[in-house]
Amino acid sequence: MKDIKVLGPGCKRCQTTEDMVKAAAQALGVAVTVEKVTDYAAIAGYGIAATPGIVIDGKVVHAGGLPKKEDLERWLLA
Amino acid sequence: MNTLAASLGAARKSQTAWFVGIAVFVAAWFILYNQLLPFAQWLVAQLPIAPDSHLAASVEFFFYDTPKVLMLLTLVVFAMGVVRTFFSPERTRALLAGKREGLGNIAAAHLGIVTPFCSCSAVPLFVGFVSAGVPLGVTFSFLIAAPMVNEIALGLLFALLGWQVALTYLAFGLAIAIGAGWVIGRLHLEPWLEPWVREVRSAPVSFADEQLSWIDRFEAGWDAVKEIVGKVWYWIIAGIAVGAFIHGYVPAALLSRIMGADSWWSVPAAVLLGIPMYSNAAGIIPVIEALLGKGAALGTVLAFMMSVIALSLPEMIILRKVLTIRLIAVFVTVVGSGILGVGFLFNVLFS
Repeated sequence: MKDIKVLGPGCKRCQTTEDMVKAAAQALGVAVTVEKVTDYAAIAGYGIAATPGIVIDGKVVHAGGLPKKEDLERWLLA
Repeated sequence: MNTLAASLGAARKSQTAWFVGIAVFVAAWFILYNQLLPFAQWLVAQLPIAPDSHLAASVEFFFYDTPKVLMLLTLVVFAMGVVRTFFSPERTRALLAGKREGLGNIAAAHLGIVTPFCSCSAVPLFVGFVSAGVPLGVTFSFLIAAPMVNEIALGLLFALLGWQVALTYLAFGLAIAIGAGWVIGRLHLEPWLEPWVREVRSAPVSFADEQLSWIDRFEAGWDAVKEIVGKVWYWIIAGIAVGAFIHGYVPAALLSRIMGADSWWSVPAAVLLGIPMYSNAAGIIPVIEALLGKGAALGTVLAFMMSVIALSLPEMIILRKVLTIRLIAVFVTVVGSGILGVGFLFNVLFS
């Protein structure tokens, strides 16, 4: 079970990122829990300076803009 | 049909296909661009409008400027989208962290032009910078330059008003960002941040995992075109419509009396008027083009444009989450004074 957090205050791109993560996980058959982090202080605590960000099992893998689909699949399978 | 889609999909993965495609596109772009004025004139001649009337002038302005601005925007946004893949807010922050004021302000203002930045990220960016040890004044230099001196503003000014105006806008936009950031830094206003901002401690991050090829960079450029042009086209049409009206109907004598270089109060009035107005650079520049054509003074018009873009009410509401009202007031005062100064200076220099 991978623990995934999508960091973002709730802009459109943050929502799209969350949908992409869920779709990719389902397509690959990887079990995940997806949690949205919208609190600014919590987001800043992860050290990113642009949203949306993606954290997988406590490690920041992406920040700023939508992730690439191929990258997303690679992170989920890693 | 399927094979065509498949070969197009395959072409997107080929670097050569991208280079060839871009070369063909740019060539076609220039050919088309040079035909826009004759085409607009031909189109107006086909319409049942009396030639040399107010309406004819307005309609021609509209038909000429709309495709012109949209084409320019596409080219500029694509190029800048590719350039921006070489920068990220995190990398910029690492470059600026612990920098001294002065040099740090200069670096921050320049990085503000090329670092990808969306106003919805303004708060995370602000907190991320300050908590990582970027001085407050340096952070402000970045935050002022990023929206004000952007590729859309520069590209359109260059195309519609010439390289002199674009270059002066660039130079003075940077000067305001550097100067205002430096002043805010000197005032030592850190206690005026919202308390939680000072308490955040951020961990350094690195995304060694993400590797970008040229294909990825071109795709990022294309994504930027889809996103930005898709988002601002109606601003542009609205701006051009207003510009077309001014171009055709507003008498030059009236405008040059109100917005000319001789009326000293026009610059502060332009700045004040610009604060509650919120528009994209793409929407405001066609208006400016028309105002200048009617004899408005360059300094007044640029002050208006800078105020609309750099001092916007929605952005202040977003920043209110991290800044106290007092700090926002200082920010508006310092940046507003800078814009006033530029407006007056221009009117003196170019009149």
